Amino acid sequence: MRRSFDGRPKSRYSCVVIHIEGVYKSFGEHAVLKGINLDVKAGTTRVILGVSGSGKTVLMKNIIGLMRPDRGQVVIDGEDITKLDNAGLLKVRSKFGMVFQQSALFDSMTVFDNVAFPMREHTTKSEDEIEARVHECLAVVDLHNIDTKFPSELSGGMRKRVGLARAIVLQPKCVLYDEPTTGLDPLTTESVDQMIIGTNRRLKVTSVVISHDIGSALAVADRIAVINKGEIVEDATPEELRQSQHPFVQEFLHCWFKKQ
Amino acid sequence: MKALDAISRGLAFVGALVLAALSETGAVANFFARTLVASLSPPYRLNLFFQQAEFVGFGSLFIVLLTGTFTGAVFTLESVQALQRVGMESMVGSTVILAVARELGPVLTALMVTGRVGSSMATELGTMRVSEQIDAMEVMAVDPVKYLVVPRLFAGAIMVPCLTMLFDLVACVGSYGVGVGILDIDEGAFVERIRWYLDPYDFTHGLWKSIVFGIVITLIGCYKGFHAEGGARGVGMATTQAVVIGSIAIFVLDYVMTSVLIQFMPV
Repeated sequence: MRRSFDGRPKSRYSCVVIHIEGVYKSFGEHAVLKGINLDVKAGTTRVILGVSGSGKTVLMKNIIGLMRPDRGQVVIDGEDITKLDNAGLLKVRSKFGMVFQQSALFDSMTVFDNVAFPMREHTTKSEDEIEARVHECLAVVDLHNIDTKFPSELSGGMRKRVGLARAIVLQPKCVLYDEPTTGLDPLTTESVDQMIIGTNRRLKVTSVVISHDIGSALAVADRIAVINKGEIVEDATPEELRQSQHPFVQEFLHCWFKKQ
Repeated sequence: MKALDAISRGLAFVGALVLAALSETGAVANFFARTLVASLSPPYRLNLFFQQAEFVGFGSLFIVLLTGTFTGAVFTLESVQALQRVGMESMVGSTVILAVARELGPVLTALMVTGRVGSSMATELGTMRVSEQIDAMEVMAVDPVKYLVVPRLFAGAIMVPCLTMLFDLVACVGSYGVGVGILDIDEGAFVERIRWYLDPYDFTHGLWKSIVFGIVITLIGCYKGFHAEGGARGVGMATTQAVVIGSIAIFVLDYVMTSVLIQFMPV
């Protein structure tokens, strides 16, 4: 047992925010996750890279507790969330912010109300304090003067930014991004990549990015886990991944380099 | 052998349908229980309840008043034809209002509200489900059942009986207008027969039903929307099912509740 300087037992996961061990998940006869093992260290940007249907989104939903694995552990901040009830899961989720693929903004609310929503639900801050914090978060993602707009009036890139502003408004420990650059043009993709890097550095959060965009993955990641048919086939830094000898990773990289 | 195979397949099909219906009923009951449990603890979000009450109540007012007025008027027209054959046309007011209060008021109000409110709730929540807004709510540690379903359920339980009372009132007005105003039935006899034959219990009989109908309409609409999947097509199917199943549930529950109320609370 490791011990801290004052002699108290130190959790083996003390530097690890998310620890996934032996996770399996099936839907009927179809096995989607087949023994996933993954660690995400505090303050880093972890990318889970794979093609469509490889199990990335299912893995993300298991991390956040929207699904429960058939077998295995998902340990968040030292707590196995697979054993928690709904009330316990709600408490764990307060440590997370998530940016969904389609942003998942509430379309009956304005931009201001969307970003203010978590604060109004979980804090007793005054409306003046909420307004200040909302504008602060919108400024972090480089959005100004759009408080009264509705999500339907925004471009895809702007919706992603508002989604991120909402995700960080309660200062979470970890931000999850589900396919953040899917469907975006190259310029907007680049700005979203910079937004992820900037958020990670400025706010010192842990970031987990689910993506099939290898260019973005290489740009933002500290470590990349490549998932194929429900299994992690490679787990490396961007530099190590470029040198990987795994056939699937080589094919994946080859397709991307060909397009460049 | 072929005949036996056909019979076997037919029985299997019927069996599968029955099992699916029972499974769905159980899932809806589970969803109802989860909603009730969620309603017991704070925050209570009264602002959301009032928004939904305005939508269910005020928004359905025109259609309910229109339906009630014409129901009273048409039923009076038809009833006079029958009652004149036995010289009892002065009984038309009490006959119509008795039927409206106990049966037509709660059932027709519920059917109008199902078409408008049930479908709207299924569409709204279904769209939220397929666009991951409900997932986003869960990720933000907000119970979506507590936030979305509880205000709608209570709005239905309170506003549908209010609408039923208004339906009964305008049906009375419609019946009076046609009976006394157009068909020249004696006004005194018309009113006296109503006072003689109707009991306040006849109206509460209908209101007990309308409370249950209000809960069922909103519950089924919310359940179908909450569990929609498969994009726009899935939302469309959820909306259709919410209206169809809601309407069937109203007829079935009407029979069940009438039997129970007559048995345990006879006039």
